[in-house]
Amino acid sequence: MMSLTGYLIVGALLFGISLAGIIINRKNLILLLMCVELMLLAVNTNFIAFSHYLNDLQGEIFVFFILTVAAAEAAIGLAILMVLFRKRRTINVEELNTLKG
Amino acid sequence: MTNILHNLSLAIVLLPLIGGLIAGLFGKRIGIRGAHWVTIIPVGLSFFLSVLLAKFVIIDGQSYNGVIYTWAVSGSFHFDVGFLIDNLTALMMLIVTFVSFMVHIYSVGYMQGDKGYQRFFSYISVFTFAMLMLVTANNFLQLFFGWEGVGLVSYLLIGFWYNREAANFGSLKAFLVNRVGDFGFILAISGILNYFGTVDYAQVFAQVPALAKAHTMISIFPGAQWSVITVICILLFIGAMGKSAQMPLHVWLPESMEGPTPISALIHAATMVTAGVFMVARMSPIFAFSQTALSMVLVIGAAGALFTGLVAIVQTDIKRVVAYSTLSQLGYMIAALGASAYSAGIFHLMTHACFKALLFLSAGSVIIAMHHDQDMRNMGNLKKYMPITYVCFLIGALALAAIPPFSGFYSKDAIIEAIHAATVPGAKFAYVCVLLGSFVTALYIFRAFFYTFHTKERMDEKLRSELKESSWVVCLPLILLAIPSVIIGALLVKPMLFSQHTILSKAVFMLPGQDVLKKIAIDFHGAFAMTLHSIKTLPFWFAVSGIFVAWLSYIALPQLPSILTKRFAWIYQILQDKYGFDDFNQLVFVRGCQRLAKACYLVGDKKILDHGLVNGSGRLVVWASAIGRKLQTGYLYHYAFAMIIGLLAILIWLVF
Repeated sequence: MMSLTGYLIVGALLFGISLAGIIINRKNLILLLMCVELMLLAVNTNFIAFSHYLNDLQGEIFVFFILTVAAAEAAIGLAILMVLFRKRRTINVEELNTLKG
Repeated sequence: MTNILHNLSLAIVLLPLIGGLIAGLFGKRIGIRGAHWVTIIPVGLSFFLSVLLAKFVIIDGQSYNGVIYTWAVSGSFHFDVGFLIDNLTALMMLIVTFVSFMVHIYSVGYMQGDKGYQRFFSYISVFTFAMLMLVTANNFLQLFFGWEGVGLVSYLLIGFWYNREAANFGSLKAFLVNRVGDFGFILAISGILNYFGTVDYAQVFAQVPALAKAHTMISIFPGAQWSVITVICILLFIGAMGKSAQMPLHVWLPESMEGPTPISALIHAATMVTAGVFMVARMSPIFAFSQTALSMVLVIGAAGALFTGLVAIVQTDIKRVVAYSTLSQLGYMIAALGASAYSAGIFHLMTHACFKALLFLSAGSVIIAMHHDQDMRNMGNLKKYMPITYVCFLIGALALAAIPPFSGFYSKDAIIEAIHAATVPGAKFAYVCVLLGSFVTALYIFRAFFYTFHTKERMDEKLRSELKESSWVVCLPLILLAIPSVIIGALLVKPMLFSQHTILSKAVFMLPGQDVLKKIAIDFHGAFAMTLHSIKTLPFWFAVSGIFVAWLSYIALPQLPSILTKRFAWIYQILQDKYGFDDFNQLVFVRGCQRLAKACYLVGDKKILDHGLVNGSGRLVVWASAIGRKLQTGYLYHYAFAMIIGLLAILIWLVF
């Protein structure tokens, strides 16, 4: 049986990678979306680890909810991305700065 | 009996108000004829009720002092609306309602065809109400209410023709100068409330002797001790100076002639401007205890009587001559009060109300005929065209010049004699002033008289062909005013001034030894004897020589005035400049105020308010958002980074 720490380290690593992906990536919007998904997965890993460790099913129920929401979010995100591409002919993050103050 | 007096005075006071309100609020609906009927009838009723009231009060010796309505109670202070009906009040009510009634009738003719007809009638009725409130008051606050009420209506009526610049200027000037006087008056009332704890006349007067005996002092400037009574009296008198146009607050009265002539007659000659005289007479129980204040009253009054009279000599506007004459006559009344000859002052107020209203309305009649040209240089020989006006003006002029047996003679002669007998400091100077004043009075009024009604015709041909006597609504009040101008002097001189118990003996108060009229009463042997005796007295010869000089310089030797003005150009210039009061006020107060206002505008308004607060708050937002916008780059990864930083910060805060 692996200790809880191992799972938590994996979750933290996943979270860190996705974070770095969001901040460092300046080209592709799809990559951004993927990083967000990855971030959610990192959280899910934590949930499952704690759920198992504490013998409490609530954490796993949460994970199901998060997965559902993540799926919906990905669908909407991709749809927006499609529209954006049609309008701007680019998904380059560097160029998408019209919300600048 | 007191109940009757109560109801009578309430009716007299309120009737004009009702008439005025109807004419003012429903003027359009009731039309022109409705407007004058709805005001003339109540004022006429008021007059007849005043006659009735005067009979009860003066002949039957009744009096009434009661509260009608409690206005406000604050701690131990009561502010009431109440009536004090005694001989002085009854006389004043009679004068006010009589002149007001005459002026109402006269205005039907004078204001014919004016656009503001209903407004005019509404104003003068409301004026009558305010003036009656003033004279019937039994406390200082109600007196002040009436005081301000007449001031307000006076302002409205001077600026009646509000599209004329001079009228607006005049009304503003009257209002502002009166504020100066009212400031003194308010301070006096505050002082009274402070030292006596009440504003009720009777209670205040009862406490005055004790306060005077205690020699209570007040220190206005550090190191200078003033008697409280003197301070209160002088402040009250400053109020009277404003309303009664005494030097140096007289500058508004000539300006007020921009209003319609009936107003000049009613407000600026017969009633409102005499409010100061009435007030000082009413306050005689306070003034009696301050020699200093009486002396000041005497000197200011007498100086005004002479010096404003001199200015009247050089005026060419017929109304201005009469206006300066009013200033001069008010000076006589005030001087009489200063000499403690209250009865003589009020008596002159009465006779003056009649003959000055007569003079003004006659002048108005001339002005109607001249198509609202007031310049005497364009008149001349009007006696041929306007015989009734001619006779009426002559009667007014004779009464004003104090020629026996016209009414002005008795009152003015009594004043001059009383000042001669007075022992107040400054009485010698005052005597010289009023004596010379009687010469000047006769000179200026007969100059105007000869200039207007005699000499050759100077108007143009077209106007000459249209000259005619005014209609009966104008002439009737003239005749009705001419009658008392002739007779009331001789009729009333004994009961007013020289009998054992004069009409006002209970209403005014004098310390033993102050009653100068008692002193000169020894020489009085009836009105007829007084008339006969006059040819041996100085004032009479001064007046006659005044008329003679006027005759000499305008009928006999018409070139004389121009020679004199060339010869004594500097005196002429001083008189033309009215001693520079106007220029001084213009230079110091008006300019000073304008400078101050401009400084306030530039620094306070523009710099601090506009630039600092209003635009400053806008600039602050711009500046803050210029910094804030830097945070909003539009790059997703910046936002994500900020979110994560925030998240970490919250985490750290939660954990540690």
